[in-house]
Amino acid sequence: MSDQGQSGLNTSRRDFLVKLAQGAAIAGSGALLWDYILRNEARAAPYALRPPGALAEADFNAACIKCGQCVNDCPPHILKLQPAGGALPIGMPYYAPRTGACIMCPDIPCMKACPTGALSPKLKKIEDARMGLAVIDIENCLSWKGLRCEICHRECPIKGKAITLETHPRQISRHAMFVPLVHSDACTGCGICEKACPTDIAAIRILPHKLVQGKIGEHYRLGWTFDTEVTQDFKPAEASPASAPDAPVPKTAPGMDYLNAGGL
Amino acid sequence: MGLTRRDFLKTSIAASTAATVGMPLSKQAEAAVKAGEAGWQWDKGVCRFCGTGCGIMVATKGGRIVATKGDPDAPVNRGLNCIKGYFNGKINYGQDRLTQPLLRMTNGKFDKKGKFTPISWEQAIDIMEEKIRWALKEKGPTGISIFGSGQYTIHEGYAAAKLMKAGFRSNNIDPNARHCMASAVVAFMQTFGIDEPQGNYDDIEHTDTAVLWGSNMAEMHPILWSRITDRRLTHKPMKVVNLTTYGNMSSDIADLEIIMAPNGDLAIQNFIAREIVRRDALNHDFIKKHTVFATGPYDIGYGFRPKNVEKFASGAEMDTYKNEKVHVIDKFEAIAQRKKEGVAVEQKNAATPMKDWAISFDDFKAAVEPYTLDFVAQVAKGDPDEPLDKFKAKLQQLADLYCEKGRKIVSYWTMGFNQHQRGSWVNEQAYMNHLLTGRQCQPGNGAFSLTGQPSACGTAREVGVFAHRLPADMVVMNPKHRAHTEEIWKLPPGTINPQMGSHFVKIMRDLEDGNTLFNLTQVNNPWQNSANTNHWIKAARNMNNFIVVADAYPGVSAKVADLILPAAMINEKWGAYGNAERRTQVWRQQILPPGQARADIWMLLELSKRFKLKDVWGAQKVPGLESGLPDVLPAAKAMGYSPESTLYEVLFATPENKKLRWPDPIAKGHGNHVADLLKDGWFPEKALFEEYRKFGSGHGHDLAPFDVYHGDKVRGLRWPVVQKDGRWVETQWRSNEKYDPYVQKGMGFDFYGNNGQKMMEGNLDAPSGPDKKVDISHKAKIYFRPYASPVEKPDANYDLWLCTGRVLEHWHSGTMTRRVPELHRAVPAAVCWISQKDADARGLKRNDLVWVESRRGKVKVRLETGGRNRVPRGLVYVPWFDESVLINKVTLDATCPLSKETDYKKCAVKVYKA
Repeated sequence: MSDQGQSGLNTSRRDFLVKLAQGAAIAGSGALLWDYILRNEARAAPYALRPPGALAEADFNAACIKCGQCVNDCPPHILKLQPAGGALPIGMPYYAPRTGACIMCPDIPCMKACPTGALSPKLKKIEDARMGLAVIDIENCLSWKGLRCEICHRECPIKGKAITLETHPRQISRHAMFVPLVHSDACTGCGICEKACPTDIAAIRILPHKLVQGKIGEHYRLGWTFDTEVTQDFKPAEASPASAPDAPVPKTAPGMDYLNAGGL
Repeated sequence: MGLTRRDFLKTSIAASTAATVGMPLSKQAEAAVKAGEAGWQWDKGVCRFCGTGCGIMVATKGGRIVATKGDPDAPVNRGLNCIKGYFNGKINYGQDRLTQPLLRMTNGKFDKKGKFTPISWEQAIDIMEEKIRWALKEKGPTGISIFGSGQYTIHEGYAAAKLMKAGFRSNNIDPNARHCMASAVVAFMQTFGIDEPQGNYDDIEHTDTAVLWGSNMAEMHPILWSRITDRRLTHKPMKVVNLTTYGNMSSDIADLEIIMAPNGDLAIQNFIAREIVRRDALNHDFIKKHTVFATGPYDIGYGFRPKNVEKFASGAEMDTYKNEKVHVIDKFEAIAQRKKEGVAVEQKNAATPMKDWAISFDDFKAAVEPYTLDFVAQVAKGDPDEPLDKFKAKLQQLADLYCEKGRKIVSYWTMGFNQHQRGSWVNEQAYMNHLLTGRQCQPGNGAFSLTGQPSACGTAREVGVFAHRLPADMVVMNPKHRAHTEEIWKLPPGTINPQMGSHFVKIMRDLEDGNTLFNLTQVNNPWQNSANTNHWIKAARNMNNFIVVADAYPGVSAKVADLILPAAMINEKWGAYGNAERRTQVWRQQILPPGQARADIWMLLELSKRFKLKDVWGAQKVPGLESGLPDVLPAAKAMGYSPESTLYEVLFATPENKKLRWPDPIAKGHGNHVADLLKDGWFPEKALFEEYRKFGSGHGHDLAPFDVYHGDKVRGLRWPVVQKDGRWVETQWRSNEKYDPYVQKGMGFDFYGNNGQKMMEGNLDAPSGPDKKVDISHKAKIYFRPYASPVEKPDANYDLWLCTGRVLEHWHSGTMTRRVPELHRAVPAAVCWISQKDADARGLKRNDLVWVESRRGKVKVRLETGGRNRVPRGLVYVPWFDESVLINKVTLDATCPLSKETDYKKCAVKVYKA
């Protein structure tokens, strides 16, 4: 199926392939088999990159009827339907950026073709799509080694927002390094960078957000995030509650188990 | 605001990622974040971990801390935090937070062997009162003691010291800062006559060289380290040197890593001095105008028990302890101290180690002469697998840096210098090389002692929460200082006990001896943090004494206590800390303490209500003080006090202090549970701060008024803070005319701490007698201090060095940081770092459970051959945060004889499979 999504493929052949996948999906729609496939998916934790506007994975799996309309309407023909035999549910649309990156059509034809809302019509601007997130393997990224590559940065459709360059002094050659950094608030996951990356195996790749993104604790805010007035002229506090009065002495209190356990 | 939780999280993430590259957020996202934080009350605060003193902002809502962040306006950290600082907002909320007083009881009555049982505060104060009365009756003022802390707020430390010294007339109060900064203090006092660094953190952005002497700054002062690293990356001449006994994370950015043998630093400093003299890199003008050469005795012992040691020590322990009386000179000491190898030297000055006298420059020159490169390389090489030539070349490079004209240098140190059997000496040696080259108290030039604890400077040292100290660098042994203190405190003359109290380690020994019967421990964990702790645990549990431990979480000390008091934590009370660069910083109460937990200061004030003047101000017997303490009650009466007045009325809620009322507009609506519980309408923290301020004003320790520090735009001020044109102005570099208002005009530099002091003259071996004295006003002392070998060295049986310390993720004994699930998950247990070769030689491998055993005790621990530390062959490193790896059962209680600070960095152990 490696030829799928390449330009030059005639429409009838694409239709045929789509129908083949649909057939497989229909054939496999017996509850038992689906159950097996879905459990298999949970075990292997594979992933697929979905077209723009795709609902969260569980909702998408439920809503997508594997009709293939999005694949049909994809202008660069990069969308494919999941073949049988893999760990993922068959018949679902996906793309593989290294061979076929999303070109971010402004009118989002794939989403418009979707009859069920699995690709949500709430997506109004393609820049708001979050298909995945670019991740850099800094050990094998040429720019991170000091070479003046930065192809990903230059090719990025939202260059300067999704991928920026940061300069660092590079002592051994007394040159500056221009290292690319990805920003999740702008990266759509289109994969142009992965496709363009000149290393043998791409050093920048698109992955689903949940596989790569961490989260800072809610108990902390970054101190220099943006200007607020909180650092100066502190507002008066809400009325403070009265201190705890002497309460009746309880039978037990925290720490007693440890303290009475002995052993020093 | 119609914002879902999911939207909120999403925008929060967007805010943080965008912020890392300084990219402006879209107005919409910014509005969403703001909406999510609606109703949050932000206020300024301070990080409570380490001596750096980073500013944080604390947000509260509905009586809880909802978030913190690094304060972008704080000059120390400029918005950053390390990973401990990141979790400040979580430390209050651990599951086993102590919320109720607990007393060991059987059948409803106190029983030393009983189980911990909840009681009321009334009962808790009752039993404390009863036991203090008993201890005072049995032993007099020395029968009671307090273990205080460099994590006490300034107000708490002040109240504790005043209650003990003015109320109970006992000087048995000593902070855990004794374990931490005491050697630095001795060196400051001996060299400059005034405590604390002249320089500040701004030195980092001015200097060309940072030399770390026993300071793993990368882990222990992470935020300062990122400033050093930034300087290293952006300032071309900048060099970083790491002198240490094992490779650590500070080596990663260092241009030069020097692995030295324990105590090798003493020899290396003298080698540098010799090179400075030999190459004439001396600043002759500076030396002549501002310094005097000095030395002191070498036969000063090792700070072990001076008497009756056989009564408590095992035979194996005596192997080491016997050096306290007589020490046999080894081959290195023979050269370094101009003696003969094998000679047994009686330690005649063990009780008088502080003696010093002036010497000539020629004497000084002769003293450093034996410290040749060949000799010092042999003494100091710490990695047996490093070729001698390579080590020599490194020493040469180090000396080159100190000798290079025009190069700015800051020497930094922390526990590697301070926790050292000759800690005061090695601190003084650092000043020696800076003074010889005239590189002190100028931007980018100076020897800078980094502090371990958040208020070791602000509270323990400045307030004087030590057995020998009074506020503002005064001492109890000095009659003038006592009189001045009695005047400010409005006490009858003769109230303050003139005899130095027991230092931290001695309080432990007093408990073992039965000399102290009552102990109150606040804001620290002495039975985990004291070396050779098997002795002290036994003493606490088996002797007839009463131990009270106030803590927020149950730890080793709580477990050995008889009474546990649930303590309020930071942000649950008003507070102030002073960091390593003399910066005093404050915070308001943000939330209430949970359950019945209450502030340490409230405990002290309540206790003071239980004692009347007639209980404590009559004549008192004090062991070692022939005439005892005088009856000052008649004088007190003449001053208008009644014998029936309580200590609370006389020391704390005085008419003057009660003028400062609670509530106060400076609170901006924030609460004060201490004032609420006292119910008599005064503002204890403000009143005590204003009273304390009187000590320093006008003689070089000036602080601004309480309200100035609480101003919205103030992020702490570095003392002395003096008023200029109506503004309170801090001092950046002390003793430097350009910056310090206390410097005499026209002098350039002025070490005014020694003004009025005289010193005996003598030669390298002895003073010539008391009649010949030299005036040292305006001068600093350049000490010659010799190399001395560690008192316990590896031998055939105990064949490895043991070094202990901290890890970045945990604070001290881990009572707080181990309650933060994320930090516990990151570093759940202490490990024993060992070199691969040593592991192989013992048939051990990584992750094996091993025993680490010394003459004093053993612990079981998992072995680590990789990770953050690269120990050389012959040394193992075990951090002390983990109570299940209670490494202080193994360590040696040798102290610097001058400072009485324990050496946790070197003793002999063996490691074998468990």
